Amino acid sequence: MTDLLARRDLSTGPEPPEAALTTGSTGSRILGVCALVSLAILVLLAFVVTGQDVNLGESIRIMYVHVPTVSLAYLCMILNAVGAVWYLWKRSEFADLLSHAAGELGVVLLGITLISGSLWGRITWGAYWVWDARLTTTALLFLMYVGYLAVRAATPEPRSRAVRSAVVGIAAACLIPIVHESVQWWASLHQSETLFGTLSPKIKGTQLFTLMFSFVAFGFTTAWLLMHRFRVAWLAERAAESELEVAIAERRAEATEPAEVVS
Amino acid sequence: MMADARAVAGDALLIAGKDLRLEARTRVATNHVLPFVGAVVMIFAFALDPDTGVLRRATAGLFWVTVLFAAVLLIQRSFAVEQADGVSDSLRLSGLRPAGIFLGKVLSLIAELVGIEIVLIGAVIVLYGVHLKGALLLLVTTLAATVAIAAVGSVYGPLATGLRASETALPLLLLPVLAPVLLAATRAFEIALGDTAGGGWPWAGMLGIVAAVYLTLGLAVWGPLLEET
Amino acid sequence: MIALLAAIKVTSQWPFILGAWGVTVLIIGGYAFSVVRRGKRLSRQVPPEQRRWM
Repeated sequence: MTDLLARRDLSTGPEPPEAALTTGSTGSRILGVCALVSLAILVLLAFVVTGQDVNLGESIRIMYVHVPTVSLAYLCMILNAVGAVWYLWKRSEFADLLSHAAGELGVVLLGITLISGSLWGRITWGAYWVWDARLTTTALLFLMYVGYLAVRAATPEPRSRAVRSAVVGIAAACLIPIVHESVQWWASLHQSETLFGTLSPKIKGTQLFTLMFSFVAFGFTTAWLLMHRFRVAWLAERAAESELEVAIAERRAEATEPAEVVS
Repeated sequence: MMADARAVAGDALLIAGKDLRLEARTRVATNHVLPFVGAVVMIFAFALDPDTGVLRRATAGLFWVTVLFAAVLLIQRSFAVEQADGVSDSLRLSGLRPAGIFLGKVLSLIAELVGIEIVLIGAVIVLYGVHLKGALLLLVTTLAATVAIAAVGSVYGPLATGLRASETALPLLLLPVLAPVLLAATRAFEIALGDTAGGGWPWAGMLGIVAAVYLTLGLAVWGPLLEET
Repeated sequence: MIALLAAIKVTSQWPFILGAWGVTVLIIGGYAFSVVRRGKRLSRQVPPEQRRWM
């Protein structure tokens, strides 16, 4: 019992090395460096090396943010669903926390997609928002995954939280194609052509390279963020558990006599 | 396999019967939700000036938005009754199959929603002055959309009950997920009410697919959900 | 249609382009900062033997 109480105050034990007091590791540091370097290169490519597009003008430079973030967001949502299925099948805490990290990252990336898409729309169509298929679908998915995070935040008990959020994650993922199709169909009714005017398929040369490279740069960044967010979630669980143990020990200490040993 | 399916169906009817008997006694749908629906119909009339014809043209959309609002209330109610008095524990221990309980909940929600929709159709015909052109399309659309809404509500309902601030979590979860249903049902209704030309049946078909997906999802996840919630 | 859209003049596209990139950098940077900071705080609370993820 005294062990448990002592553990709470780390300064009584030997000082752990400074490096251990972060969620970083050799692997994540390498990844982080890759992310920073590739982002720097991307900025160079996007603003200095490439010129304006024949169709889109200067606004193509926003595409170098918009396209990778939406694709990586989809990847995160798939990862979230895979983790959710894995959790329901194996009840693995790793899977649950991975789902959480991926879900949160997906929301962040979708948010960036929406903002960059909106600003691109302002340049291209003069309006901050148009009800085209891509933007509308992204907005709906954003809301669905905000709901996922809301369910997680509102369930205090870990196991219940894991099951509920797994169900929400799986349901949301199943709905992605449905939302896509229905919104696509709906948008096509009131637009004479696909205004989102995806990048011209003829994009080539340095622009194509920059676009491909943007996936690499944002990919490294997403992976780095995922690692750290997962580790933070893991630590949060461990901290909550040890707080619980300490609280139980304290309650027992109040109830029993000092001489009694509590196992 | 057949015996299993029969058992599930039996459980479903048991649960649906329980819920509908409860509704018959407490009359929450008739005394609270139906007047609420009436109020919403009126509020839309205040928001959209009836004289300019906007109300008339927007009827399809307004109908389904109203149904969605009513559905949120009914779903909340349907699962709130399971939380009270240790009913959820009794359900877990009862030996009823989770698939059966899920389908039972879906059935009772369908029944309640259909009741509301019948009244609502009458209300919009009278108050908004619409004319029915494609009655069969209307019927099929309504049925498919109702099944979809009931199925998704029966998945998200138990998820949201027992959360902190569950009353506000459920609408946030339900509405984005029901957006495709709203979309398709509104388009089909517009065609059925003669507001737009074109084929409404593809939309009804889409609703059928959506309903099938949600039902399958519910059957798959209700087992673990029942254990934990 | 395209001609119509092309006619919508935006005085300069650069504020929006820089705005989009700026917002992206801010969001990702801010999120990274908050995650790492939270990680440091939690690392202090959790005993060393439990910090091993997986």
